[in-house]
Amino acid sequence: MKYNWNWGILFEDPYFGWLISGIQWTLMVSAIAWIIAFSLGSIVGVARTVDSRWARGLGTAYVEGFRNVPLLVQMFLWFYVVPELVPEDLGRWMKRDMPFPEATSAILCLGTYTASRVAEQVRAGIESIPRGQKAAGYAMGLTTFQVYRHLLVPVGYRIIVPPLTSEFLTIFKNSSLALTIGVAEVLFQARQIENYTFQGFEAFTAATLIYLVVTMIVVLIMGYVEQRARIPGYGVQREP
Amino acid sequence: MIEIEHVNKWFGSFQVLKDNSSSISKGEVVVICGPSGSGKSTLIKCVNGLEPFQEGRITVDGVSVGDSATNLPKLRSQIGMVFQNFELFPHMTAMQNICLAQTKVLGRSQDEATERTQKLLDRVGLGDLGYKYPSELSGGQQQRVAIARALAMDPIAMLFDEPTSALDPEMINEVLDVMQELARSGMTMMVVTHEMGFARRVADRVIFMDEGEIVEDATKEDFFGKPRSDRAQLFLSKILEH
Repeated sequence: MKYNWNWGILFEDPYFGWLISGIQWTLMVSAIAWIIAFSLGSIVGVARTVDSRWARGLGTAYVEGFRNVPLLVQMFLWFYVVPELVPEDLGRWMKRDMPFPEATSAILCLGTYTASRVAEQVRAGIESIPRGQKAAGYAMGLTTFQVYRHLLVPVGYRIIVPPLTSEFLTIFKNSSLALTIGVAEVLFQARQIENYTFQGFEAFTAATLIYLVVTMIVVLIMGYVEQRARIPGYGVQREP
Repeated sequence: MIEIEHVNKWFGSFQVLKDNSSSISKGEVVVICGPSGSGKSTLIKCVNGLEPFQEGRITVDGVSVGDSATNLPKLRSQIGMVFQNFELFPHMTAMQNICLAQTKVLGRSQDEATERTQKLLDRVGLGDLGYKYPSELSGGQQQRVAIARALAMDPIAMLFDEPTSALDPEMINEVLDVMQELARSGMTMMVVTHEMGFARRVADRVIFMDEGEIVEDATKEDFFGKPRSDRAQLFLSKILEH
């Protein structure tokens, strides 16, 4: 194979700027989507563990709906279909005036989809706590809200830090699908560099390394969180 | 103080409690014993509403437990409960475990709760272990913390659900000693246990249950002297052999 390697191209103007801009979009879309996923997923996950049938039913419907439709399909639904389904005025605003329509759709899509997965982790975490803990909380006069606030949620979330780390990583990786609706994130920029320069190997190597670095940083951060949240002598012990 | 009147309870179609009636007066210590599956634990969990029941009536200090208008959290905060598996909260130190409901339910200040907690830890012989997490304590120590945690609410009565069944033999006595001291101080207690030595020393009355029924409800002297029912005699002969 005859190929003119030119790693320098990545640092030339304007390609270097494109990559930096791609990183910014990837980080922004993923971070905001994660905030949505974590908050919404927590609410849905807790709802699936409470006594109320209604809350449990709604939570289950949410999870099954969002996690069983391919993410790419959801990406298209949010961008092309949702504006047509909502009331006309809102739809017109989404198509014409909404700031950053592609990124906003991508954020909503990733956030709501990942929320369904976070919800399952949260539910599993809470359900793994022995039932006697809840009984002990009630027996001392705590209300249901207090039992969740002080007992089930703090312990349940500590248990699920490792699987939550995976979800957090996945949201960065899944954000690459946003290129299909035109968000200029890392992969989008890599393709663009290839189109302009025909230096595809360099461009996609750069994208690969960027994803690796970002996800490794997430792994480090979550490892720190896990350390800090560890309950002495509880669960799996690790050598410090 | 605790009135149990014709309580029936079903799990699905299986009847776990059959027409249970009894009455525990203030300061009385009642031991509930019987074979496993006889409904002892279920009965005392009905007393603080941890288990619902379908028929009958239980009142604690005049408040009906099964009444939907009853403020259950408030009622429960006045009844201490100690569990077979301790149920200390693993993410809190012993001190924090005992302080939690004092501040969140009774509205005590942190300082007040801490001071009260220290006194209780001293009382159960763990004065210098308040900073430890449950997993760093032995089973006997954990159960004593759990007793202190229940006492911190200044309960009018205490329920014990097999408090020594999950303990290694050498730790049983340290827990029974705390319970005995508590009984001497005049606490109203319902104790589900197989510790017949404890019943002999401490109980005023013994309730014997089998297959969901209260078969015997007698003073300690009568129960150990001459149990009237064959089932109680059989049970006693089995567990007193050793």
